[in-house]
Amino acid sequence: MSTYPEDSVGLVAPQQLEFDTPLELACGRTLERYTLMVETYGELNADASNAVLICHALTGHHHVAGFYEGDRKPGWWDSAVGPGKPIDTNKFFVVGLNNLGGCHGSSGPQEINPATGEPFGPDFPLMTVPDWVESQARLADRLGVQQWAAVIGGSLGGMQALEWSIRFPERLRHCVVIASAPKLSAQNIAFNEVARQAISKDPAFHDGHYYAQGDVPKTGLMLARMVGHITYLSDDGMREKFGREMKAGKLSFDFNPQFEVESYLQYQGERFSTAFDANTYLLMTKALDYFDPAAEYGDDLATALQRAQAKFMIISFSTDWRFSPERSREIVDALVKADQSVCYAEVDSPQGHDAFLIPIPRYMDTFRAYMQRIADDIPRSTTGDV
Amino acid sequence: MRADLEIIQEWIQPHTRLLDLGCGDGELLRHLTEHRQVTGYGIENDHDNITACIRKGVNVIEKDIDEGLASIEDNSFDTVVMTQALQVMHRPDQTIDEMLRIGKECIVTFPNFGHWRARGYLAFRGLMPVSKFLPYTWYDTPNIHFCTFKDFERLCVERNIDILNRTVVDNAHQHSWWTNLWPNMLGEIAIYRITR
Repeated sequence: MSTYPEDSVGLVAPQQLEFDTPLELACGRTLERYTLMVETYGELNADASNAVLICHALTGHHHVAGFYEGDRKPGWWDSAVGPGKPIDTNKFFVVGLNNLGGCHGSSGPQEINPATGEPFGPDFPLMTVPDWVESQARLADRLGVQQWAAVIGGSLGGMQALEWSIRFPERLRHCVVIASAPKLSAQNIAFNEVARQAISKDPAFHDGHYYAQGDVPKTGLMLARMVGHITYLSDDGMREKFGREMKAGKLSFDFNPQFEVESYLQYQGERFSTAFDANTYLLMTKALDYFDPAAEYGDDLATALQRAQAKFMIISFSTDWRFSPERSREIVDALVKADQSVCYAEVDSPQGHDAFLIPIPRYMDTFRAYMQRIADDIPRSTTGDV
Repeated sequence: MRADLEIIQEWIQPHTRLLDLGCGDGELLRHLTEHRQVTGYGIENDHDNITACIRKGVNVIEKDIDEGLASIEDNSFDTVVMTQALQVMHRPDQTIDEMLRIGKECIVTFPNFGHWRARGYLAFRGLMPVSKFLPYTWYDTPNIHFCTFKDFERLCVERNIDILNRTVVDNAHQHSWWTNLWPNMLGEIAIYRITR
């Protein structure tokens, strides 16, 4: 029998929910039916007003917190979700899901295409952030949640939260956007394209139909992850963590990895290459590239955000250069221009973009304070317990 | 509520849009939101103050005022307030210009370095004044640009700034007949309402 830390949600299990109402997608195609892999923590209150949606980032999924049977490592945001943690499961009903196109149990490229009897592979429709938000709204309907107490996300997850506030203004009271951006820069897209090229040029990719070949484009995925990982760390952070430390302590005058940073990246890349699906990676990076909620509103983010009814909390990290504080400030400036309620904190940290997953004390204090405000805004039960 | 804030809040019209530069723990904004239906934001860079604002439900934006307010549009606020922060600005004149650009009206409060106690401290001890109200020594003080009421009013003349109201209080933030009689000597805190 295993025991879990007191502030952990403990042993958890996901559930697969089936949806058969067709979902029209931005690309023009329709998903006739689909599956969402979902995990929840805490209890939904009587009037379903304490639900919080956690949107995941590029390689995330539904397993946000707690432990699976036999696992030593908890979910990806266990530092922030649990009893007494900033997203307090004693107060909130917390919902995590794997987005469509993912590779962790929701419908995606690995699913069998009923038309062919083969996995969709590259024929799975390209998903956009608005498509995901639509599917998440269907999930809210299924769970009986009319209005989220908050929609929360970091990075690509923050973009989903932002999209929620514009697309379904009346369906969330608070929107928490962490280490995110209102759209990708040319540099961001460039890094994504390097990752995509690494994958699609791998001979094992077979134009995306590698499942049938019993093959996996491991080299491509590894390179994609390595380049991605560099953008998640900061120069300072890498210097602090690796410096120029050498594994053998001296130069070996060959092309094997000698510096600690080289073997670290290779290790990260290799681990990722067996755990993540290449088609999903391509799809998720495209969703990032395409995200631009202002586009429909004359390229003016403030106009887009005028629709919002939620209150906003925006957080950025000083050494994040993937989605730098300037990018968060663009969101804040647009919110101020749109006369929306917003708080903004810029947390000092050496950890780069990765900081949003790390329980940095000031980050957690600020986050906790705002989550308390969200808890205070939960309407008192009208149905009431007698 | 802090007494200078008590005076300021009377100068703020209900249902207006306010920007509070260096908003501290958000006391003024919370009061005005609750009692005068004012909307707005506080700008602050002290972490504990930011957390305090969030706890109070005050909109607070982390920002270093010295790094500029350029992202805020012209005339986008009815009132821009800055209490007890002018003297820590890198360029107070430029900050005031920015405030007047963003706001239709501005309210500024600052400590008067021409107060008799400060003058006496320097005159008789030959040391930079240190008091309960200004507790720092010269090398660690955040207050890098002290001025007197006269200095401030001279700046207003030079820059074509109109003074709409002016009041001076002692360090208990009380008005009294003698501070009004000889403000530059007897007033400790100046509160100005200005426009351009």
